[in-house]
Amino acid sequence: MDFGLSEEQEQLRESARAFLAGECPAPRMREIVGGAAGFAPELERRIAQLGWPGMIVPEPFGGAGLGMLDLAVLLEECGYAALPGPFPFSAAIAAFALAAGGSEEINARWLKPLAAGDAIGTVAIAEANDSLIPGELATVARPAPAGAVLNGIKMFVPYAQAANFIVVAARTGPGPREVALFVVPADAPGVKIRPLKALDLTRRMALVELDGVLVEPAARLAGDAALYDRVLDAGALAIAADSIGGAQRALDMAVEYAKVREQFGKPIGSFQAIKHAAAEIVADLEPTRALLWYAAYAFDAIPREAPRAVAMAKARAGDVYSRAAGKAVLMHGGIGFTWEHDIHFWFKRARLNESLFGAPPFHRERVAALGGY
Amino acid sequence: MDLNFTPEEEAFRRQVRAWFDDNVATSGLRGVDRVADRDRGAVEKLKAWQRRVHQAGYLALSWPKEYGGQALDPVRQSIANEEMVRARAPALIGAMGIGMIGPTLITWGDDAQKARYLPKILTAEEIWCQGYSEPGAGSDLASLRTRAEIVGDEFVVNGQKVWTSNAHFADMMFCLVRTDPDAPKHRGISYILIDMKSPGITVKPLVQMTGDRGFNEVFFDNVRVPRRNLVGKLNEGWMVANATLFHERNMLGSTTTTRMLFNRLKALAASTMRGGRPLARDPVFRQRLADLEIRVDAMKYHMLRQLTDSIRGRNPGLGAWVNKLVGTELNHDLATAAMEAMGDYALLARDDGHALDRGFWPHEWMFTLGLVIGGGTSHIQKNIIAERGLKLPKSR
Repeated sequence: MDFGLSEEQEQLRESARAFLAGECPAPRMREIVGGAAGFAPELERRIAQLGWPGMIVPEPFGGAGLGMLDLAVLLEECGYAALPGPFPFSAAIAAFALAAGGSEEINARWLKPLAAGDAIGTVAIAEANDSLIPGELATVARPAPAGAVLNGIKMFVPYAQAANFIVVAARTGPGPREVALFVVPADAPGVKIRPLKALDLTRRMALVELDGVLVEPAARLAGDAALYDRVLDAGALAIAADSIGGAQRALDMAVEYAKVREQFGKPIGSFQAIKHAAAEIVADLEPTRALLWYAAYAFDAIPREAPRAVAMAKARAGDVYSRAAGKAVLMHGGIGFTWEHDIHFWFKRARLNESLFGAPPFHRERVAALGGY
Repeated sequence: MDLNFTPEEEAFRRQVRAWFDDNVATSGLRGVDRVADRDRGAVEKLKAWQRRVHQAGYLALSWPKEYGGQALDPVRQSIANEEMVRARAPALIGAMGIGMIGPTLITWGDDAQKARYLPKILTAEEIWCQGYSEPGAGSDLASLRTRAEIVGDEFVVNGQKVWTSNAHFADMMFCLVRTDPDAPKHRGISYILIDMKSPGITVKPLVQMTGDRGFNEVFFDNVRVPRRNLVGKLNEGWMVANATLFHERNMLGSTTTTRMLFNRLKALAASTMRGGRPLARDPVFRQRLADLEIRVDAMKYHMLRQLTDSIRGRNPGLGAWVNKLVGTELNHDLATAAMEAMGDYALLARDDGHALDRGFWPHEWMFTLGLVIGGGTSHIQKNIIAERGLKLPKSR
């Protein structure tokens, strides 16, 4: 029985914290998100040099072949830094989809360059009706002589505008579980990408229109609905990990401020109203971090337990991050409401995290259903 | 990360499970955990039960061998504790000895104290109570005024303690007394061990909001305590007291107990009909149940993480400060949800003929609120998390 990070994972965490503090401190993050692309290609290259994009990619495709817990440790740090850019969506979700369901051919074409940092992938699931239930998707894949033809409109696709390929969920028949994932090159004829203006400035999203997009047979990933469920869980897990790191940062910023800001002649951190708010964040955060680690571990080691564990972690991490960020803003007072102060970037990122890949009520319903309520 | 137990640990679990299944059944004490059950007859039965558990080798597994332990790693103890709860074994009557004063003496006691007290804690020959709070010293514990003057080889104790659980049948008390009234309040306190049969001690019962007699007022009138009963140094008892409080914060609830409480709530929600369907299918209540179950599991993994830290010999860090706050509030929230599920049946006293489940939930609802208060209210816990965990400046 050993419930904790390994020495390597501890080191990864420390080195990631130090790297991101050096390469993406808050002023640099503001600069990046103010640019047209919303991410910094040279920073993505530096990240690729560290081998982060290939962390869970199998070794034959140039990755490190590590697990979701390793990646979760890293993504906590990305959340701590509010790292802008497609990295988590590419390295956690698109990479997992291909590693789990891609053919040799498709993985040689996309997964290998992804691991090397030469290609960016993303995933397109939700649509105008904002549902994650496969039977409620409207995008269809019709068989064609040379593969399949995709038609539909995807919403809230993270960094589609930066991606080289998009993993698209589409219906393959009328049944509620007839769904499959297709790898679509972002420059394929019939693909139109229209950026959405997001509240969270540290993430870019797009609407992706698929108008008679022809894909080859190898583009359909093996696993269909079962893979769809797993990819959704990989996404939920990645966002949950980011949320834990983000909540930690919100807490650290608020505590730091409470130690130096003075009112009534003393630091505001000496007042119990402020102390209790900070303590409540800790009480929310620490058990949830353990829940996240368990879910990430179960994702690889106990797949049968993983859906319930991931649903729990995503629901709780979403609530906890939003609550922590809200309290942290309040603890800052007026300065926390300004554009000038950094806390609003985490506040808004929390809100996106709460919702993306399933909001807390969606995942709580899964917990209830899986628990046989 | 590896959540598998070794084959030896699995074998140990099977052995413990079999033992508790057999022995709880024949004890006639299954599920006896209420303070109200502890009248004199029950006290003797519960002492006999604890002795049986100890003789079987399932108590204090990580204590040193010379004091009745087995010097094993904490995993075995955690397995034994889980199985004890799972089998609905009666609560251990010597829990404050095993969980609080025992570990404190192992760290702070001298050899004579360890040899004298530790074995009898395990055999239930001596039941302990805690003399901390006073009428004027609750959350501000360090302002306590019970006085101990040194006369020859003895302390002479005068004053009063309050909320003293189990004092009406305890044999010994670990007690905080003021030995230097002129020093700053944290520096004039000593930690002493008092024989409850000493002349001059009066124990008066207090009735809790549940209607049970669980705690007491204890009065000291020139009570003589040998000087060798001092733990740690004179006037340095505050540090020792904090060690005990740390152990207390970590014994107030097992995550297995919390899981069993949740399972009971889930069964209640499944069997309670509302608007033509089970309450567990009501979308609002269902969300609430799921939220509670998520918190139950989060706490389970949170404690496993700390168990791992203790096996690795590492400081558990910030996380350990939240156990008491999160654990006790979660148990109370579970009971509160059950009370809502019961509707008007929640309003019946437990001796009413129509009471559900012999009034289990209303009692649990009140009892768990007591645990939110005891050992430092949630407000005090938040101060501790902020000041010791986050290093925010002191309020005072």
